[in-house]
Amino acid sequence: MITRRDFLKNSVLTVAGAALPLAAFEIIDPKKLMAQEAANSAKVRWVFLVDTVKCVGCGMCVKACKLENEVPYDANVTRTWVERYVLTKDGKVWADTPKGARDGFTTGKIDLNEGKFKDIRKEDIDKAFFVPKLCNQCDNPPCVQVCPVGATYQAPDGVVLVDRTWCIGCGYCIMGCPYGVRFFHPVYHTAEKCNFCYHRITKGMKTACVDACPFSARRIGNIKDPKDPVTKIIMTERVGVLKEEYGTKPQVFYIGLSKEVK
Amino acid sequence: MKNHVLRPFIVFLGIVALILIARIFLVPKDFGVGERGYMYGWHRKGNEEDWKKFPVKYMGKEYCKVCHSDKYDSINKTPHKNIICENCHGPAGTPGGIVHYDPDKRPKLEIDKSRAQCLRCHFPLPYPTSGRAKIRGIDPDKHNPDIECSTCHNPHNPMEGLR
Repeated sequence: MITRRDFLKNSVLTVAGAALPLAAFEIIDPKKLMAQEAANSAKVRWVFLVDTVKCVGCGMCVKACKLENEVPYDANVTRTWVERYVLTKDGKVWADTPKGARDGFTTGKIDLNEGKFKDIRKEDIDKAFFVPKLCNQCDNPPCVQVCPVGATYQAPDGVVLVDRTWCIGCGYCIMGCPYGVRFFHPVYHTAEKCNFCYHRITKGMKTACVDACPFSARRIGNIKDPKDPVTKIIMTERVGVLKEEYGTKPQVFYIGLSKEVK
Repeated sequence: MKNHVLRPFIVFLGIVALILIARIFLVPKDFGVGERGYMYGWHRKGNEEDWKKFPVKYMGKEYCKVCHSDKYDSINKTPHKNIICENCHGPAGTPGGIVHYDPDKRPKLEIDKSRAQCLRCHFPLPYPTSGRAKIRGIDPDKHNPDIECSTCHNPHNPMEGLR
């Protein structure tokens, strides 16, 4: 004789069991995954080339990036920025990037933060130069590995994107990036980063910073196209990358990089 | 079925089943392993299209040329030829996607005539290993402070005689 209690219990179990489709138990086969990754036959892999000798620190790229990508103009966050390095004859390294160089460098004084400035005499300068920074769109992006929800990912063409609707704002990726290119968007409160102006490069345009640069210090190219002028330079000239020892395989290449640049 | 271990275990299984069922409805259909594999490509495919739809604001020099070919031709003969129009005149597009040529919704472009704008390049910084040292500069505190550069210099043709 079946009791009411047993009948209800068994009914709930049967219905719940039947409602579970087999797809819910999908087991991911590592072999299949490896094959999928190897089959990434994308014809495009975006890379960036920065010439630190040509850069004069005008900051037009930073201004263009902020306006193009709707990063709040007066908030002290930016997807790209320009650093100034001044190496003095006494072996010291002075570096600054006031407001990310949004307004360029219109003074010789080094901004030491907290309202302090360092004036350096012309005679004391050994070397001095500007280094634009942006997301390296690494081949081994550590920011993507640490995302617990799959909100940040690498597109088939190598660009690392953030899904604003999916990001929970935990900030692991901001901590995980060795280059410090990520920040919280002040309006959306999600992780934000340079994405090589994905809306422009996928339309055949150049990034806003590349277009705005009057000195061709910034260039973007497709490393899988051997005829691309940027590819030719990367393959035949001396170029360096930032923090190679981290094993992130950064894809922003620099001409004229110095060991003082971090 | 009266076992005190088995009964909570069934409750546990029920919770797991509920989560798995909820997952079916909450996870978008296009979520999955992308071309970059499980480690780097675990994402919602539709987001790639979302980013592609983002409105363009900096349209570039060739866009301005369509109507302003006279200015385009004249600046191209000067050392300022590499500076795109929008660097000083502001972007032609807006966050809403409206662009400058639309006569009904044409946004007013704000020209940056400030001294700071010119000083981005023309403040002299004697940096021996940078292109900056090769650009002619002025001391903004001594060279006619308080007036806009364009009062005397034509930004579209900086090499012509003073106005």
